[in-house]
Amino acid sequence: MRVWRRKDCLGLRDVSRDEIELVLDTARTMKEIQSRTIKKVPTLRGKVAVLLFYEPSTRTRTSFELSATRLSADVVNIETATSSVVKGETLVDTAHNLRVMGTDVIILRHSITGAPHHLAEHIELPVINAGDGTNEHPTQALLDMFTIREHKGTLDGLVVTIVGDVLHGRVAHSNMWGLLTMGAKVRFCGPPTLVNPQMKDMGVEIYHDLDAAIEGADVINMLRIQKERMTRNFFPSIKEYSRIYGLTMERLKRAKPGVLVMHPGPINRNVEIMSDVADSDSSVILEQVTNGIAVRMALLYLLVSGEKESSKKLDETPPLFEEING
Amino acid sequence: MKTLIQNARVLDPASRTDQVMNVLLDGDRIAAFAPGLSDPEAVCVDATGLWLFPGLIDIHVHLREPGFEGKETIYTGTRAAAAGGVTAVCCMANTNPPIDNKTGVEFIQERVAKTGCVRVYPIGTVTKGMEGKELAPLGEMIEAGAVGFSDDGRGVMDTQVMRRILEYSTIFGTPIISHEEDHSMTENCHMNEGQMSVKLGMIGMPREAETIIIARDLILAGKTGAHIHFAHVSTKESVDLIRFYKNKGVKATAETAPHYLLLTEEAVEGFNTNAKMNPPLRTREDQDALVEGILDGTIDCIATDHAPHSVYDKDQEFPLAPFGIVGLETLLPLLLNQIQEKLKLDVLSLLSLVTNKPARVMRLPGGVLAPGAPADLVVWNPDPKWTIEKSRFYSKSRNTPFDGWPVQGKVHATYVAGKPVYPFT
Repeated sequence: MRVWRRKDCLGLRDVSRDEIELVLDTARTMKEIQSRTIKKVPTLRGKVAVLLFYEPSTRTRTSFELSATRLSADVVNIETATSSVVKGETLVDTAHNLRVMGTDVIILRHSITGAPHHLAEHIELPVINAGDGTNEHPTQALLDMFTIREHKGTLDGLVVTIVGDVLHGRVAHSNMWGLLTMGAKVRFCGPPTLVNPQMKDMGVEIYHDLDAAIEGADVINMLRIQKERMTRNFFPSIKEYSRIYGLTMERLKRAKPGVLVMHPGPINRNVEIMSDVADSDSSVILEQVTNGIAVRMALLYLLVSGEKESSKKLDETPPLFEEING
Repeated sequence: MKTLIQNARVLDPASRTDQVMNVLLDGDRIAAFAPGLSDPEAVCVDATGLWLFPGLIDIHVHLREPGFEGKETIYTGTRAAAAGGVTAVCCMANTNPPIDNKTGVEFIQERVAKTGCVRVYPIGTVTKGMEGKELAPLGEMIEAGAVGFSDDGRGVMDTQVMRRILEYSTIFGTPIISHEEDHSMTENCHMNEGQMSVKLGMIGMPREAETIIIARDLILAGKTGAHIHFAHVSTKESVDLIRFYKNKGVKATAETAPHYLLLTEEAVEGFNTNAKMNPPLRTREDQDALVEGILDGTIDCIATDHAPHSVYDKDQEFPLAPFGIVGLETLLPLLLNQIQEKLKLDVLSLLSLVTNKPARVMRLPGGVLAPGAPADLVVWNPDPKWTIEKSRFYSKSRNTPFDGWPVQGKVHATYVAGKPVYPFT
């Protein structure tokens, strides 16, 4: 039997193939729950999940919130504007305050790279990284891989082209680690200012020509381009970026038949992705969002109701995973 | 008062002396040394089986006083030095307020006289308030005792300002120490740009941020005839450039630090803030080039860049933690163990990198054993095997990546101006 032994989910860099498969397989069951009439299961009843978001987010926060509530956990939302962070409290102190109020898992988004790693080292609670600085966004990559696997059956040997700001892109980074571990071929494409040549040493292929990067691709993942990069001279204008790196129907023809077009959202229509491509049959962008719930439910289940929880609070034993299935 | 240290293996790098002898100290000076030397008036100290060499001179130290006394003070910093066999330090000016005028230099001197236990040579800033804009009053700071100038911690970004500083410094011939960093390339960066920064998802500091300023300052030193000294050299290209311009006759000197010789960017794995310093740890190739640079004299000396930060400062999210590590108490054990393994040099040549050579760079007395020289020396026990333990440091801070490293040999005693200052009584 495969068990999840990690306390946290901080990133995919050092996560094994077995572990990724466990999450994806668990997510498949979770997705099945979503097709039932009653979409809620009692697995995490009595547990408290805190969403600690130091950076604005709608999609990821909502997705985690729904995932936790569908597992019957209580959810607390904390955003920077209303937290004591503004009063100068450290992240670790904030988290310890949450812990002694009975929190079971902390889902952290932070603009500082490595913040979840720092927190995880200083607190006994499981920490889920919901995006840290320019480093990783593991749940996004897991839901991307889940979506690809649903369509293609496997990740092994697939050519996945990721286009955009790879340098600052935590979605790109987590996808790189996860996809390489799962045996996919990863291509990064973007202007040289936003694609670090050192990435090559990690085992990905680097492209600056979008047409070449798309040639023969099974999956194209278009990253959102952030307008603030423009002011720091990473590229001169949105218009020029769009012309060189925007995904058009014409360009899409170079990919393999049955290519999947993905995007972590929110999309900039007609910037990195043309409207007709985003709405085309190849697009699985909204499926990704749906799958995000299943993947995050799976992670929460694995981290919070794992073995380590056996002895305490046992007057109300959490139902076993098998029982949910049955 | 006279002291006779008997039967020590006397090592003097400057004269390449290596012989078992007696050393006579008279007051604050070395009077004589010779085998079998005796003096009826002297207090005798037996040093059989021990080594005796000039006290170390560390030309790059942050004592943090005034302004950051939570990290280090002149009292704790000089005690750390004495415990590490360092008898003289140059203290950097990036305090709060920065040492940018005569009063600041005098403040340091007064605090050293009251609380210090080794020699302290103040470095003044090159610009007022370390703002990189207006020339600081070098002349009056020299009168008060400053031995060099640097905005260490912040590079002088304006090339014309740097040119003026170097031109002006030629009145005095005092070294200008370059903190070689192009800040426009390192903004919001916390580690080397390389494989490790990719793995940790961080935007790195490109090596060129260092080498570009080294190139600029070498060119300006050539133009002005000033003495430029490069602090904490860390890249291969820096070594190449310095070698090239030194060969052309530019008055340039350079130092590197033990951590650049012994660690690479790999040490940052797991967001280890005790491996966060500026310039950042680089790669194996850079290490090799630094070794070569030391061996051929391109790099003149080793200095620690002792940069104390409290546990609280360092125990933060990696990007929030400040740059720097402590070094005074690990310099000598690392030099005679791990650095020796890297450089494969004889003991005299190794010691030279931390005694007479840094003294020459900064034009300081000491660093040599000679009749009439300051009686600043270390008695070293070469035998004990031990482990570096940061919890035992005399420094106020514990930020070292060398905790737990095995070493052999220990400081037995440290003398400054003829007086034993370590072990502490």
